[in-house]
Amino acid sequence: MKKLKVATASLAGCFGCHMSLLDIDERLFTLLEKVELDRSPLTDFKQFGPCDLGLVEGGLCNAENVEVLRELRRHCKVLVAVGACAINGGLPAQRNHLDVRECLTSVYGRTVPDDPELPLPLDRVHAINDVVKVDYFLPGCPPSAEALWHFLDDFLNGRTPHLGHGLISYD
Amino acid sequence: MTEAQPATRRVAIDPLTRVEGHGKITLRLGEDGKVLQARLHIVEFRGFERFIQGRPYWEVPVMVQRLCGICPVSHHLAASKALDVVLGATPTPTANAVRRLMHYGQILQSHALHFFHLASPDLLFGFDSEAGRRNLQAVAAEYPELARQGVLLRRFGQEVIRITAGKRVHGTGSLPGGVNKAVTAADRDALAAALPEVLGWAREGVALVKRLHRERWELYESFGSAESGLLSLVGRDGRLELYDGVLRARSAHGALLLDGVDPARYREHFAEEVKPWSYMKFPYLTALGPERGTYKVGPLARLQNCDFIHTPLAEAERVEFREAHHGELTHAPLAYHWARLVELLHAAEVVGELLAAPELLGSELLARGERTGEGVGVIEAPRGTLIHHYRVGADDLVTSCNLIVSTTHNNQAMNDAVAQVARRYLDGVEPTEPLLNHLEVAIRAFDPCLSCATHALGKMPLEVVVVDAGGAEVGRAEKRGG
Repeated sequence: MKKLKVATASLAGCFGCHMSLLDIDERLFTLLEKVELDRSPLTDFKQFGPCDLGLVEGGLCNAENVEVLRELRRHCKVLVAVGACAINGGLPAQRNHLDVRECLTSVYGRTVPDDPELPLPLDRVHAINDVVKVDYFLPGCPPSAEALWHFLDDFLNGRTPHLGHGLISYD
Repeated sequence: MTEAQPATRRVAIDPLTRVEGHGKITLRLGEDGKVLQARLHIVEFRGFERFIQGRPYWEVPVMVQRLCGICPVSHHLAASKALDVVLGATPTPTANAVRRLMHYGQILQSHALHFFHLASPDLLFGFDSEAGRRNLQAVAAEYPELARQGVLLRRFGQEVIRITAGKRVHGTGSLPGGVNKAVTAADRDALAAALPEVLGWAREGVALVKRLHRERWELYESFGSAESGLLSLVGRDGRLELYDGVLRARSAHGALLLDGVDPARYREHFAEEVKPWSYMKFPYLTALGPERGTYKVGPLARLQNCDFIHTPLAEAERVEFREAHHGELTHAPLAYHWARLVELLHAAEVVGELLAAPELLGSELLARGERTGEGVGVIEAPRGTLIHHYRVGADDLVTSCNLIVSTTHNNQAMNDAVAQVARRYLDGVEPTEPLLNHLEVAIRAFDPCLSCATHALGKMPLEVVVVDAGGAEVGRAEKRGG
């Protein structure tokens, strides 16, 4: 059987959703038998290839997040917003009621880092569906390993993912 | 007529992979291919310290742990400890035991994650193995037993966290004044039953990393090595201590620079520099200044900073580590892996101790006291010394928040390692993908947590150095802490 290609991205998140994915424990090996990882923080591929599934953790806090998200959307058939930050900005969006300039100067004084190598911060933290079409939303901070596994198991076996009440939590 | 600028070529590794968070490395190569500049950039800014202001203090331990999904427990506990002081509360023996258990569970899972899931492909397959092979998937295919043990070690640590914090990632177990969840005898017994196997895997992990290091001693000891000071907490008796202790700093050759320092007085000893090309600041020991005062934190610093480890298996490994280095300090980034696995073993031993301690199952979970307005909490997170500092108004709202996270302390050391490896492998050579991975190997050894690092937004004394295009200093300004 041909392995499905899966990419993952961590944008303005904390890596906790990736941790929750690893929390499927030994089932990780079952997963790795069925999928081939593409670009992900867990691999050394620096570019996305054509993918069946893209999992996005984190919202959008700078221009680079937006570019990476658009790249991933272009390359994958099905895109999933994983966790609170991807779905509505999450905790980093707490800065949305502050002025980003004031926020930066309060931290760095008059010399706010401004090298061309640093991507421009956005004035607000955005959810990913502000920018691209999202096929599934998997809520939670983070979604539990059970929820992620259930979703992946359904998806990989050609079923429409359906979590049901017990696996969906907003925390 | 303007003078022509010498042509330089930019090479970037973007994004860094198999590390937590967002960063990149850039190189500037001259016309002859010589490395003119090598930098690690932290490219994200979030501003947690700023938006924590105005929140009720009791929300803080669950908010700030969202800084990092790999080590949420560190922030959860450092904030709880700082806010214990604000509450004027001395946690009960049971609360301390539960928090310690949570913390050592986290050290175990985070160290396992870093070695087995992220870094091991470089060490097992070689720094210049093909990119497609350098990941957990290939480790699982070629070293299935090793991968299984890594996953199960991490699972055990995560289970310790779930039992003490309520959830594996972003739990809610600790709060100002203590904990809100008792450990049951059934939970304790389940963990204790799994422990012998965990200790066995941890010992195999140390044996593996030791063998890899010894087999390529010259390479591992020289790769990216740059001298700096060392900083960590130690116990009051000089033991390796990760939850609560006093600050100790050594010079690059082992002389004590600070010892027995109350962590609450951290601001008297550290200052930070900002460089315009990174959101991560550069801290240093004030007494030595920004050039000579840089230091490393994390497993390598801790293992060489402490006088002893109180658990027998890890102590034997510490002694072997020090003897292998003839009692001298090593500054080799790759020695971090060895030190990290010794700490993983230590964490498993401490979990065993705590599971056997009668106070763990007590029911006195919360303490109260005389309210104060300010508190500092310092903890040794998996990646190094983590400092949380809060001021809280009479209305219970946070008025200021300062976080100095582990990875920030290692900023200069990581940049030094990148520069050293770049000069060694890339000077005058076409930068191929496998060669560029060498730079990432050096960074990974520090186990950086770059999303944590973007929050190092301290109110530390701040020094700004302005340099011209050639790197010469043209101005300097200082801002004292607020």
